[in-house]
Amino acid sequence: MWGLEGVTVTFGRTTALDSVTMPVEPSRIAVVVGGDGAGKSTCLRTLVGLLEPGAGTVRRPVKERTGYVPATAGLYADLTVRENLDFYADAYRLPSAERGAREAEILERTGLAGLRDRLGGHLSGGMQRKLAVGLALLHSPRMLVLDEPTTGVDPVSRSELWRLIAGAAARGTAVAVATAYVNEAARASSVVLLEAGRVLASGSPDAILRGVPGAIGSARGKARPAARSWRRGADWRVWAPDGELPEGVTATEPDFEDAVVVAALAGEEN
Amino acid sequence: MDAQAQARQVTMRFGSFTAVDAANLAVGSGEVVGLLGANGAGKTTLIRLLLGLLRPSSGTVRLFGESPSAATRRRVGYVPQTLGLYRDLTVAENWSFTAAAFGSAPAAPPEDIEAWRDALVGDLPLGIARRVAFAVALSHRPELLVLDEPTSGVGPLGAARLWEQIRGAADAGAGVLVTTHGMEEAQECDRLLVMADGRVVASGTTAGIVAGRTVAEVRCEDWSRAFAVLDAAGLPAQVHGQGVLRVPGPAAAVRDVLVAAGLAATISEVPANLEETFVSIVGRAA
Repeated sequence: MWGLEGVTVTFGRTTALDSVTMPVEPSRIAVVVGGDGAGKSTCLRTLVGLLEPGAGTVRRPVKERTGYVPATAGLYADLTVRENLDFYADAYRLPSAERGAREAEILERTGLAGLRDRLGGHLSGGMQRKLAVGLALLHSPRMLVLDEPTTGVDPVSRSELWRLIAGAAARGTAVAVATAYVNEAARASSVVLLEAGRVLASGSPDAILRGVPGAIGSARGKARPAARSWRRGADWRVWAPDGELPEGVTATEPDFEDAVVVAALAGEEN
Repeated sequence: MDAQAQARQVTMRFGSFTAVDAANLAVGSGEVVGLLGANGAGKTTLIRLLLGLLRPSSGTVRLFGESPSAATRRRVGYVPQTLGLYRDLTVAENWSFTAAAFGSAPAAPPEDIEAWRDALVGDLPLGIARRVAFAVALSHRPELLVLDEPTSGVGPLGAARLWEQIRGAADAGAGVLVTTHGMEEAQECDRLLVMADGRVVASGTTAGIVAGRTVAEVRCEDWSRAFAVLDAAGLPAQVHGQGVLRVPGPAAAVRDVLVAAGLAATISEVPANLEETFVSIVGRAA
């Protein structure tokens, strides 16, 4: 329904996004995964209308029905939690009859009810991110767009943030999330794996896993067992696109992280 | 044999606040040890103690079998999250500056960063900057490497290549201590230590730490309602792909709630992953 279709974005001579398709649908969580400079932020900024694509189609709800949290910011450090909520309620022109209930619900869902008089800047990193996501949800958006909400956040806060995100999807919101943590993609309905603006793989996490071509194996020892290999813990993983694993390499079921490395290797070879 | 780094019953108090509480840690030669914990759990204080930047209130810290000192410090390589490079200097200048600081022979930068030798560090993509920081930290052949989220933000292939370097250093005999919030990084380590409120609350291999722990996996057409119903019952569900929820605790409790709500679902007990285990351990400790 919403999302990007064949979207290309260029900055001068640099192609930041190269024909990227990313469906963003109600009650679903779309995750865009990639490293620094992969194009994740460009993808989300194009989705919310902050950037104009050079080619392709962008579909999104009206601006008033979108919630967006950039990678750094999303709240006012010099305002208290309650003042942040009031300020956003004003900015979204929330009817005064709804305000109290909406603000109370967001405080409850973010677990910040006991901290309403604390300055935003005095909250822990994890709480700041929860407040930013809560503020973006205040006006009950139809599409929620979050740029790396969990980067640098500890695992307990990360899990709370994902409950907040899942709760929004459960209420029917279309969600798009960018992350550099590959394992977070397992939470998604659909994944877009980006590298240097190109889509390396996309689809459901299961489909990406099933789509690994050839065979994956593992090997021990200090020496690199094959050209297409990488470390997993003390062991090596080996990818044989033709399915023929070298001698001494034991066939293994790939996991999602293997699938992602394979997609990246294949992308590099093309 | 002495461990590269060892803390025995180490406690660190700042006034009435106990930042590290009777912690034990050892990093042996060739070993990659991961240190996990929430912010404020005591990880950074423990590392400062190991590096000799703080003196413990009680307990003992040994680096290479001796008390931490300027001499032992020279045998440690440290890469903070901010990388610790001079952004206004080129790769080659960073390289020779560090060599001079450690009094080591100014060899040529390694091949994999040679292509960027004349680039300013501030202009490098993060993945390359991390490789440079790592090469610089390794240049004086440290026997202990301390790395803070060494692969965060670099992409799957970049991370795999950094791990190859880290493992290479361990294979050559260095002990490696990695602090991280990332589960991918934690799972690359040979052993993990989980800290909460200054104490070590779990330790062992990833497999050992997650062993025997399960979550209830719920597959439900109407997952949105299942999520709401479980939420109302105080069961914190997480989404795990389209139409799949994972809930801590026994499957029976989850089944009861869903049946009472008249929801058809397939429920099974599946092994918990490291993140779920971490949340359960640290949540209980708090």
